[in-house]
Amino acid sequence: MCVCVCVCVCVQSGPASLPAEDISTNSNGPKQDSLFDDDPEDLFAEATEEVSLDSPERDVLLSDGPSPAITPITPPTSVITPRIGLAHDDMFTHSSFDEIEEEEGGDSFDIHIAVSDPEKVGDGMNAYMAYKVTTKTSLSLFKTDEFSVKRRFSDFLGLHSKLASKYLHIGYIVPPAPEKSIVGMTKVKVGKEDQSSNEFVEKRRSALERYLMRTVKHPILLKDPDVLQFLESSELPRAVSTQALSSAGLLRMVNKAADAVNKMTIKMNESDAWFEEKQQHFENLDVQLRKLHASVESLVCHRKELSVNTAQFAKSAAMLGNSEDHTALSRALSQLAEVEEKIDQLHQDQANADFYLFSELLGDYVRLITAVKGVFDHRMKTWQKWQDSQLLLQKKREAEAKLQFTNKPDKLQQAKDEIKELEGKVQQGERDFEQISKTIRKEVSRFEKERVKDFKTIIIKYLESLVQTQQQLIKYWEAFLPEAKAIS
Amino acid sequence: VWCMMGYVCLCTDATLQVDISDALSERDKVKFTVHTKSTLPNFKQNEFSVVRQHEEFIWLHDSFVENEDYAGYIIPPAPPRPDFDASREKLQKLGEGEGSMTKEEFTKMKQELEAEYLAIFKKTVAMHEVFLCRVAAHPVLRKDLNFHVFLEYNQDLSVRGKNKKEKLEDFFKNVVKSADGVLVAGVKDVDDFFEHEKTFLLEYHNRVKDASAKSDRMIRSHKNAADDINRIASSLYSLGTQDSTDVCKYEHTHKIEARVAADEDLKLADLLKYYLRESQAAKDLLYRRSRSLVDYENANKALDKARAKNRDVLQAETSQQLCCHKFEKISESAKQELIDFKTRRVAAFRKNLVELAELELKHAKVKGLVTVRSR
Repeated sequence: MCVCVCVCVCVQSGPASLPAEDISTNSNGPKQDSLFDDDPEDLFAEATEEVSLDSPERDVLLSDGPSPAITPITPPTSVITPRIGLAHDDMFTHSSFDEIEEEEGGDSFDIHIAVSDPEKVGDGMNAYMAYKVTTKTSLSLFKTDEFSVKRRFSDFLGLHSKLASKYLHIGYIVPPAPEKSIVGMTKVKVGKEDQSSNEFVEKRRSALERYLMRTVKHPILLKDPDVLQFLESSELPRAVSTQALSSAGLLRMVNKAADAVNKMTIKMNESDAWFEEKQQHFENLDVQLRKLHASVESLVCHRKELSVNTAQFAKSAAMLGNSEDHTALSRALSQLAEVEEKIDQLHQDQANADFYLFSELLGDYVRLITAVKGVFDHRMKTWQKWQDSQLLLQKKREAEAKLQFTNKPDKLQQAKDEIKELEGKVQQGERDFEQISKTIRKEVSRFEKERVKDFKTIIIKYLESLVQTQQQLIKYWEAFLPEAKAIS
Repeated sequence: VWCMMGYVCLCTDATLQVDISDALSERDKVKFTVHTKSTLPNFKQNEFSVVRQHEEFIWLHDSFVENEDYAGYIIPPAPPRPDFDASREKLQKLGEGEGSMTKEEFTKMKQELEAEYLAIFKKTVAMHEVFLCRVAAHPVLRKDLNFHVFLEYNQDLSVRGKNKKEKLEDFFKNVVKSADGVLVAGVKDVDDFFEHEKTFLLEYHNRVKDASAKSDRMIRSHKNAADDINRIASSLYSLGTQDSTDVCKYEHTHKIEARVAADEDLKLADLLKYYLRESQAAKDLLYRRSRSLVDYENANKALDKARAKNRDVLQAETSQQLCCHKFEKISESAKQELIDFKTRRVAAFRKNLVELAELELKHAKVKGLVTVRSR
């Protein structure tokens, strides 16, 4: 059977084991992409690689280094030579990921969700924001191509809670819903129409949009009836008890699972190095993302400060220009003031870009990693359950053996029945464990791909915004220079 | 080292050239090597150097201020005290926190802080040099004996800093001056030129003060943002070693952000700070002139009284003549000084604004280039 395998192989020391993937669609033959260029500095070299293996559905242990099926493909010659190290043409690697997506689902991923038109409904403390959720899609899953519904924040939380209860414990990484914010919402309810409450609504709208997109990008979740209902049906039963359903609630659930792990009677002997390695990887990633997030938040704050201070300086420079009695210098100073005013606006825009592109993304990922860690913990719990039934089975067997020598046929029969039941349980436990392990491997691989793609996309967008800023700056200063030269 | 006097650096007059050829930063003081080249007969040699500290510059400046003969000149503002405290503190904190960061982070931060220290150092050298250049360029001050001693005497001048009593005296002098200043400002001057200058300088000085403060704040925010960006770049970079994200692009793009802030600091903030001090010196000149005018008018009144009473008339006449002479001398030189001040100011602003715009353009263009290319 010819299988198209998508793996995440970290080319580091130590063996990596390939999970047995049985993604149903067939490939058209070996698909090879090597992201190891002749470029040692290429950070993409350690990303995912697509490997095609004509292998049965068995675990294949890879020795160090890539599978021999990979042949390096030289990138197109139009790639710009690097300044320091990075040779890679983003478009090149980008397209290879798209190809993977197409391979996976028969339907290519074609769904776009927009959250818009926040509208305040009701008054006072019972008021709430209603958002329009518009879906555009060509997937056959849906009844029409384009449709919208009105949803409120608790609806989103309700959706998440349903998905979490269905999928988290079997190993699916369910994207966490946006955070609840009592302060933010109260301001809105009370009717404060100021900038901070507007910012809050926009922040929330954007977060809800990202949440939905992430959810539907998941091939399993997309098909879930609750998701379909959420997107399509005009009326939705009000989600009750959304207390424990927010991300904080999720964190609590994860912590409970972690506690259970800590109370484990037998320390899990991780026979599969992959899981141990991955867990460590996510721990590290968690720490780094949090640090990065904090730095970006600090940057947003400082840039906003910079914007304010630049505006103040502009005013001051204008005043100075007014009192300057040399005409040409006076004019130049006024021009300087104007330039600085425009620059202040640029700083503000940049701060917004920093925030919406970068900071929010990082926040999302910090929360996502919590979900990932939760999934690993669930696997431990599943293992524990399996072990517990095995222990119990053993005890029952011992008891049965003892009963053999006594003359109690009823008890013996009961014991035999219990043992039969437990044997079933043990088998189920083992199956569950293997299933969750398999699912997690798939999920992690998908998650990592998504993450790399997300970050790349964001950074590219961000760099584009920087280019824009630079071009504006050039315009402003070029206009000012002749004025400065015209002095005296 | 940049000259803030405008295009023509008046220090290049061959008869007397002064510069600071070297400087050494020790724990709590800076030692400047003052280098002089001169064809004037006053000096024993044509070229010589001495080592001076900040206090000795202040002594020289104060001796000008206290010299009645120089009442009619704008005394070049004294250079500010070298202040490395903040920078030293940061370096110390870095040393303490060495354990909590990776080797790369530490090295990077250390380099940045050292660069900052170096920049402050260069600036203080420049400030001291400008002071000397201004004195050397001034037709009268350059002949001052104290100045020559300062330049030539190769021993320590043993000028102790002012003790508490002297500092208190200074404080009261300033209080009196500002009280007087209010008085004097109220008196309308018969001379249009000086009336205009008074009005202009009072307003200008206040606005320069405001602009200087605001530019400092703006640049500090800019530096903070640049620091954040550097931190983000290293975080992204270490993330990159873990997995695949394009970091170097971000890093290169933003290394320049810090340079922009530094250049703005130089061309804008320092310029404003300097002219804050110079405009204060110009105000002081006007004050001295007004004081001498008041003295002159009082002497006139005293003379009238004396003549009316026919007592001590000669004394009153002499006194009145002295005051008149002093006032006229001050007025004459003050007029030229203020005209020169304007010329200098316009030239300095022009130079620095042009350089500011050129640097901003250079950085914006390079930044854009890097970003586009790395796509």
